[in-house]
Amino acid sequence: MSSSTLANHGAHGAAVHHEDDHHHDVDGTTQLGFWIYLMSDCIIFATLFATYAVLAGATDGGPTGRELFELGFVFIETMFLLASSGTCGLAMLASDRGDADKVSFWLKITFVLGACFIAMEVYEFQHLIHEGASPQRSAFLSAFFTLVGTHGLHVTAGLVWMGVLMFQIKRFGVGGFMTRRLATFSMFWHFLDVVWICVFTLVYLKGAM
Amino acid sequence: MSGSSSHGSHGTPQILFTGLGLAFGLTVIPFLIVTTGMFSTETTLFAIALLAVIQIVVHLVYFLHMDFTKKGGWTLLSFVFTVTIVVLFVGGSLWIMYHLNTNMMPPDMMVDHMLKENMR
Repeated sequence: MSSSTLANHGAHGAAVHHEDDHHHDVDGTTQLGFWIYLMSDCIIFATLFATYAVLAGATDGGPTGRELFELGFVFIETMFLLASSGTCGLAMLASDRGDADKVSFWLKITFVLGACFIAMEVYEFQHLIHEGASPQRSAFLSAFFTLVGTHGLHVTAGLVWMGVLMFQIKRFGVGGFMTRRLATFSMFWHFLDVVWICVFTLVYLKGAM
Repeated sequence: MSGSSSHGSHGTPQILFTGLGLAFGLTVIPFLIVTTGMFSTETTLFAIALLAVIQIVVHLVYFLHMDFTKKGGWTLLSFVFTVTIVVLFVGGSLWIMYHLNTNMMPPDMMVDHMLKENMR
Protein backbone atom coordinates (compact mmCIF):
# COMPACT_ATOMS: atom_id res chain seq x y z
CA MET A 1 0.00 0.00 0.00
CA SER A 2 2.57 2.60 1.06
CA SER A 3 4.91 1.80 -1.81
CA SER A 4 2.14 2.22 -4.38
CA THR A 5 1.21 5.52 -2.74
CA LEU A 6 4.75 6.75 -3.17
CA ALA A 7 4.96 5.50 -6.75
CA ASN A 8 1.76 7.22 -7.72
CA HIS A 9 2.84 10.46 -6.11
CA GLY A 10 5.57 10.70 -8.71
CA ALA A 11 3.16 9.98 -11.51
CA HIS A 12 0.65 12.51 -10.30
CA GLY A 13 2.64 15.38 -11.72
CA ALA A 14 4.46 18.39 -10.44
CA ALA A 15 1.48 20.73 -10.73
CA VAL A 16 -0.13 19.62 -7.51
CA HIS A 17 3.03 18.50 -5.79
CA HIS A 18 3.79 21.71 -3.92
CA GLU A 19 0.26 21.69 -2.49
CA ASP A 20 0.56 18.14 -1.26
CA ASP A 21 1.63 18.90 2.30
CA HIS A 22 -1.39 21.09 2.83
CA HIS A 23 -3.80 18.77 1.01
CA HIS A 24 -2.62 15.73 2.91
CA ASP A 25 -4.15 17.08 6.05
CA VAL A 26 -7.44 18.26 4.53
CA ASP A 27 -7.82 15.03 2.56
CA GLY A 28 -7.09 12.90 5.58
CA THR A 29 -9.54 14.77 7.77
CA THR A 30 -12.27 14.67 5.09
CA GLN A 31 -11.78 10.95 4.61
CA LEU A 32 -11.80 10.23 8.34
CA GLY A 33 -14.95 12.32 8.71
CA PHE A 34 -16.62 10.52 5.83
CA TRP A 35 -15.48 7.20 7.27
CA ILE A 36 -17.22 8.07 10.54
CA TYR A 37 -20.38 8.92 8.56
CA LEU A 38 -20.17 5.50 6.89
CA MET A 39 -19.78 3.85 10.29
CA SER A 40 -22.93 5.59 11.53
CA ASP A 41 -24.69 4.45 8.35
CA CYS A 42 -23.53 0.94 9.23
CA ILE A 43 -25.42 1.27 12.50
CA ILE A 44 -28.61 2.33 10.66
CA PHE A 45 -28.30 -0.77 8.48
CA ALA A 46 -27.53 -2.93 11.54
CA THR A 47 -30.84 -1.91 13.15
CA LEU A 48 -32.70 -2.67 9.91
CA PHE A 49 -30.93 -6.04 9.56
CA ALA A 50 -31.74 -6.91 13.18
CA THR A 51 -35.39 -5.95 12.61
CA TYR A 52 -35.53 -8.03 9.45
CA ALA A 53 -33.85 -11.04 11.10
CA VAL A 54 -36.34 -10.93 13.98
CA LEU A 55 -39.39 -10.53 11.71
CA ALA A 56 -38.31 -12.79 8.83
CA GLY A 57 -40.60 -15.59 10.04
CA ALA A 58 -43.57 -13.32 10.82
CA THR A 59 -45.40 -13.83 7.52
CA ASP A 60 -48.94 -13.80 8.98
CA GLY A 61 -50.02 -16.56 6.60
CA GLY A 62 -48.87 -14.48 3.64
CA PRO A 63 -46.13 -15.27 1.13
CA THR A 64 -42.74 -16.35 2.49
CA GLY A 65 -39.31 -15.46 1.20
CA ARG A 66 -39.02 -18.92 -0.27
CA GLU A 67 -42.07 -18.32 -2.46
CA LEU A 68 -41.13 -14.77 -3.46
CA PHE A 69 -37.39 -14.61 -4.07
CA GLU A 70 -35.93 -15.52 -7.44
CA LEU A 71 -32.23 -16.13 -6.97
CA GLY A 72 -31.35 -15.84 -10.67
CA PHE A 73 -32.78 -12.33 -10.72
CA VAL A 74 -30.94 -11.37 -7.53
CA PHE A 75 -27.70 -12.83 -8.88
CA ILE A 76 -27.85 -10.57 -11.95
CA GLU A 77 -28.64 -7.59 -9.69
CA THR A 78 -25.60 -8.48 -7.57
CA MET A 79 -23.39 -8.72 -10.66
CA PHE A 80 -24.48 -5.24 -11.81
CA LEU A 81 -23.51 -3.79 -8.45
CA LEU A 82 -20.21 -5.69 -8.26
CA ALA A 83 -19.32 -4.64 -11.81
CA SER A 84 -20.13 -1.02 -10.91
CA SER A 85 -17.74 -1.32 -7.94
CA GLY A 86 -15.10 -2.47 -10.40
CA THR A 87 -15.66 0.40 -12.84
CA CYS A 88 -15.71 2.84 -9.91
CA GLY A 89 -12.29 1.42 -8.96
CA LEU A 90 -11.11 2.00 -12.56
CA ALA A 91 -12.36 5.60 -12.36
CA MET A 92 -10.30 6.10 -9.19
CA LEU A 93 -7.19 4.63 -10.84
CA ALA A 94 -7.70 7.10 -13.71
CA SER A 95 -8.10 9.87 -11.12
CA ASP A 96 -4.74 8.84 -9.59
CA ARG A 97 -3.19 9.34 -13.04
CA GLY A 98 -4.96 12.69 -13.42
CA ASP A 99 -6.78 11.45 -16.56
CA ALA A 100 -10.05 13.40 -16.51
CA ASP A 101 -11.45 11.82 -19.70
CA LYS A 102 -11.02 8.29 -18.37
CA VAL A 103 -12.52 9.27 -15.00
CA SER A 104 -15.60 10.64 -16.79
CA PHE A 105 -15.81 7.55 -18.98
CA TRP A 106 -15.65 5.06 -16.09
CA LEU A 107 -18.01 7.14 -13.95
CA LYS A 108 -20.54 7.03 -16.79
CA ILE A 109 -20.26 3.23 -16.96
CA THR A 110 -20.59 3.05 -13.16
CA PHE A 111 -23.68 5.23 -13.39
CA VAL A 112 -25.27 2.99 -16.04
CA LEU A 113 -24.53 -0.19 -14.04
CA GLY A 114 -25.90 1.40 -10.85
CA ALA A 115 -28.99 2.55 -12.75
CA CYS A 116 -29.53 -1.02 -14.04
CA PHE A 117 -29.35 -2.27 -10.44
CA ILE A 118 -31.95 0.29 -9.32
CA ALA A 119 -34.16 -0.46 -12.33
CA MET A 120 -34.15 -4.17 -11.42
CA GLU A 121 -34.95 -3.37 -7.81
CA VAL A 122 -37.84 -1.07 -8.74
CA TYR A 123 -39.14 -3.78 -11.09
CA GLU A 124 -38.88 -6.37 -8.29
CA PHE A 125 -40.73 -4.15 -5.79
CA GLN A 126 -43.42 -3.32 -8.33
CA HIS A 127 -43.77 -7.02 -9.19
CA LEU A 128 -44.05 -8.03 -5.51
CA ILE A 129 -46.66 -5.38 -4.76
CA HIS A 130 -48.60 -6.43 -7.87
CA GLU A 131 -48.61 -10.02 -6.58
CA GLY A 132 -50.07 -8.87 -3.26
CA ALA A 133 -46.76 -9.06 -1.40
CA SER A 134 -46.84 -5.38 -0.43
CA PRO A 135 -45.22 -3.92 2.71
CA GLN A 136 -48.66 -3.89 4.39
CA ARG A 137 -49.12 -7.65 3.99
CA SER A 138 -46.95 -8.86 6.90
CA ALA A 139 -44.22 -7.82 9.32
CA PHE A 140 -41.78 -9.83 7.22
CA LEU A 141 -42.61 -7.82 4.11
CA SER A 142 -42.54 -4.49 5.99
CA ALA A 143 -39.04 -5.32 7.24
CA PHE A 144 -37.99 -6.54 3.78
CA PHE A 145 -39.12 -3.40 1.95
CA THR A 146 -37.59 -1.13 4.61
CA LEU A 147 -34.20 -2.84 4.56
CA VAL A 148 -33.84 -3.36 0.80
CA GLY A 149 -35.51 0.00 0.06
CA THR A 150 -33.10 1.87 2.34
CA HIS A 151 -30.18 0.32 0.48
CA GLY A 152 -31.84 1.23 -2.82
CA LEU A 153 -32.27 4.84 -1.68
CA HIS A 154 -28.57 4.98 -0.82
CA VAL A 155 -27.68 3.71 -4.30
CA THR A 156 -30.04 6.28 -5.83
CA ALA A 157 -28.30 9.01 -3.80
CA GLY A 158 -25.03 7.64 -5.20
CA LEU A 159 -26.40 8.03 -8.74
CA VAL A 160 -27.27 11.67 -8.07
CA TRP A 161 -23.82 12.20 -6.55
CA MET A 162 -22.21 10.69 -9.67
CA GLY A 163 -24.24 13.03 -11.87
CA VAL A 164 -22.94 16.02 -9.90
CA LEU A 165 -19.36 14.71 -10.07
CA MET A 166 -19.52 14.22 -13.85
CA PHE A 167 -20.62 17.84 -14.22
CA GLN A 168 -17.87 19.03 -11.86
CA ILE A 169 -15.17 17.05 -13.70
CA LYS A 170 -16.11 18.85 -16.93
CA ARG A 171 -15.70 22.14 -15.12
CA PHE A 172 -12.79 21.59 -12.74
CA GLY A 173 -10.90 18.55 -14.07
CA VAL A 174 -9.73 15.93 -11.58
CA GLY A 175 -6.87 17.45 -9.58
CA GLY A 176 -6.87 19.00 -6.08
CA PHE A 177 -10.25 19.09 -4.34
CA MET A 178 -11.83 17.00 -7.13
CA THR A 179 -9.47 14.11 -6.28
CA ARG A 180 -10.77 14.31 -2.73
CA ARG A 181 -14.42 14.41 -3.82
CA LEU A 182 -13.95 11.45 -6.14
CA ALA A 183 -12.19 9.47 -3.39
CA THR A 184 -15.04 10.18 -0.97
CA PHE A 185 -17.62 9.08 -3.53
CA SER A 186 -15.68 5.88 -4.16
CA MET A 187 -15.75 5.06 -0.42
CA PHE A 188 -19.53 5.54 -0.43
CA TRP A 189 -20.06 3.37 -3.51
CA HIS A 190 -17.87 0.50 -2.27
CA PHE A 191 -19.56 0.72 1.12
CA LEU A 192 -22.96 0.17 -0.54
CA ASP A 193 -21.62 -2.95 -2.22
CA VAL A 194 -20.48 -4.24 1.20
CA VAL A 195 -23.99 -3.66 2.58
CA TRP A 196 -25.44 -5.49 -0.45
CA ILE A 197 -23.33 -8.59 0.41
CA CYS A 198 -25.20 -8.73 3.72
CA VAL A 199 -28.54 -8.15 1.94
CA PHE A 200 -28.18 -10.92 -0.63
CA THR A 201 -26.84 -13.34 2.00
CA LEU A 202 -29.25 -12.69 4.87
CA VAL A 203 -32.36 -11.74 2.91
CA TYR A 204 -32.31 -13.54 -0.43
CA LEU A 205 -30.08 -16.60 0.03
CA LYS A 206 -31.26 -17.40 3.56
CA GLY A 207 -34.85 -16.56 2.58
CA ALA A 208 -34.81 -18.86 -0.45
CA MET A 209 -33.40 -21.82 1.48
CA MET B 1 -9.96 3.17 3.80
CA SER B 2 -7.20 5.06 2.14
CA GLY B 3 -6.10 6.93 5.25
CA SER B 4 -4.54 10.34 5.06
CA SER B 5 -3.84 10.72 1.35
CA SER B 6 -6.19 10.64 -1.57
CA HIS B 7 -3.44 11.29 -4.12
CA GLY B 8 -2.50 8.03 -5.71
CA SER B 9 -4.21 6.11 -2.94
CA HIS B 10 -6.32 3.77 -5.02
CA GLY B 11 -3.83 0.98 -5.45
CA THR B 12 -3.06 -0.64 -8.79
CA PRO B 13 -5.10 -2.36 -11.51
CA GLN B 14 -3.71 -5.68 -10.24
CA ILE B 15 -5.16 -5.07 -6.76
CA LEU B 16 -8.51 -4.03 -8.26
CA PHE B 17 -8.81 -7.06 -10.56
CA THR B 18 -7.67 -9.48 -7.84
CA GLY B 19 -10.41 -8.05 -5.63
CA LEU B 20 -13.00 -8.31 -8.41
CA GLY B 21 -12.06 -11.93 -9.12
CA LEU B 22 -12.25 -12.88 -5.45
CA ALA B 23 -15.57 -11.03 -4.97
CA PHE B 24 -17.03 -12.72 -8.07
CA GLY B 25 -16.04 -16.18 -6.82
CA LEU B 26 -17.29 -15.45 -3.32
CA THR B 27 -20.67 -14.43 -4.81
CA VAL B 28 -21.05 -17.36 -7.23
CA ILE B 29 -20.23 -20.04 -4.62
CA PRO B 30 -22.98 -19.16 -2.07
CA PHE B 31 -25.59 -18.81 -4.87
CA LEU B 32 -24.56 -22.24 -6.16
CA ILE B 33 -24.66 -23.78 -2.69
CA VAL B 34 -28.20 -22.52 -2.10
CA THR B 35 -29.64 -23.23 -5.57
CA THR B 36 -28.24 -26.76 -5.77
CA GLY B 37 -29.08 -27.49 -2.11
CA MET B 38 -26.00 -29.65 -1.88
CA PHE B 39 -25.59 -29.30 1.90
CA SER B 40 -27.84 -29.64 4.93
CA THR B 41 -29.60 -26.49 6.19
CA GLU B 42 -27.12 -25.92 9.02
CA THR B 43 -24.06 -26.38 6.82
CA THR B 44 -25.53 -24.11 4.12
CA LEU B 45 -26.28 -21.35 6.64
CA PHE B 46 -22.81 -21.57 8.10
CA ALA B 47 -21.18 -21.64 4.65
CA ILE B 48 -23.04 -18.62 3.20
CA ALA B 49 -22.43 -16.61 6.40
CA LEU B 50 -18.72 -17.43 6.34
CA LEU B 51 -18.42 -16.62 2.61
CA ALA B 52 -20.20 -13.28 3.19
CA VAL B 53 -17.77 -12.35 5.97
CA ILE B 54 -14.81 -13.29 3.76
CA GLN B 55 -16.22 -11.23 0.88
CA ILE B 56 -16.72 -8.22 3.19
CA VAL B 57 -13.04 -8.45 4.19
CA VAL B 58 -12.07 -8.74 0.50
CA HIS B 59 -14.04 -5.55 -0.29
CA LEU B 60 -12.54 -3.67 2.65
CA VAL B 61 -8.99 -4.64 1.69
CA TYR B 62 -9.07 -4.58 -2.14
CA PHE B 63 -11.69 -1.88 -2.85
CA LEU B 64 -11.74 0.39 0.18
CA HIS B 65 -7.97 -0.05 0.76
CA MET B 66 -8.32 -0.04 4.51
CA ASP B 67 -5.15 1.09 6.13
CA PHE B 68 -5.42 1.30 9.88
CA THR B 69 -2.00 2.78 10.42
CA LYS B 70 -3.04 6.21 9.19
CA LYS B 71 -4.66 9.04 11.17
CA GLY B 72 -3.27 7.89 14.51
CA GLY B 73 -5.54 4.85 14.64
CA TRP B 74 -8.82 6.80 14.57
CA THR B 75 -10.06 4.88 11.55
CA LEU B 76 -9.35 1.60 13.34
CA LEU B 77 -10.91 2.83 16.57
CA SER B 78 -14.15 3.97 14.89
CA PHE B 79 -14.29 0.72 12.90
CA VAL B 80 -13.84 -1.49 15.97
CA PHE B 81 -16.43 0.59 17.85
CA THR B 82 -18.93 0.18 14.99
CA VAL B 83 -18.36 -3.54 14.68
CA THR B 84 -18.91 -3.90 18.45
CA ILE B 85 -22.18 -1.94 18.27
CA VAL B 86 -23.36 -3.88 15.22
CA VAL B 87 -22.64 -7.23 16.89
CA LEU B 88 -24.45 -6.08 20.06
CA PHE B 89 -27.45 -4.79 18.04
CA VAL B 90 -27.92 -7.75 15.76
CA GLY B 91 -26.77 -10.52 18.10
CA GLY B 92 -28.55 -9.06 21.12
CA SER B 93 -31.83 -8.45 19.24
CA LEU B 94 -31.91 -11.98 17.86
CA TRP B 95 -31.01 -13.52 21.22
CA ILE B 96 -33.63 -11.59 23.18
CA MET B 97 -36.39 -11.82 20.57
CA TYR B 98 -35.88 -15.54 20.10
CA HIS B 99 -36.29 -16.09 23.85
CA LEU B 100 -39.30 -13.77 24.05
CA ASN B 101 -40.87 -15.62 21.15
CA THR B 102 -40.51 -19.02 22.75
CA ASN B 103 -41.13 -18.04 26.38
CA MET B 104 -43.93 -15.52 26.02
CA MET B 105 -46.13 -16.87 23.26
CA PRO B 106 -49.85 -17.36 23.94
CA PRO B 107 -50.66 -20.76 25.53
CA ASP B 108 -52.32 -22.28 22.45
CA MET B 109 -49.35 -21.37 20.26
CA MET B 110 -47.06 -22.69 22.97
CA VAL B 111 -48.67 -26.13 22.75
CA ASP B 112 -48.16 -26.17 18.97
CA HIS B 113 -44.60 -25.01 19.41
CA MET B 114 -43.81 -27.69 22.00
CA LEU B 115 -45.36 -30.39 19.84
CA LYS B 116 -43.21 -29.24 16.93
CA GLU B 117 -40.08 -29.18 19.09
CA ASN B 118 -40.82 -32.71 20.35
CA MET B 119 -41.26 -34.02 16.84
CA ARG B 120 -37.74 -32.95 15.87
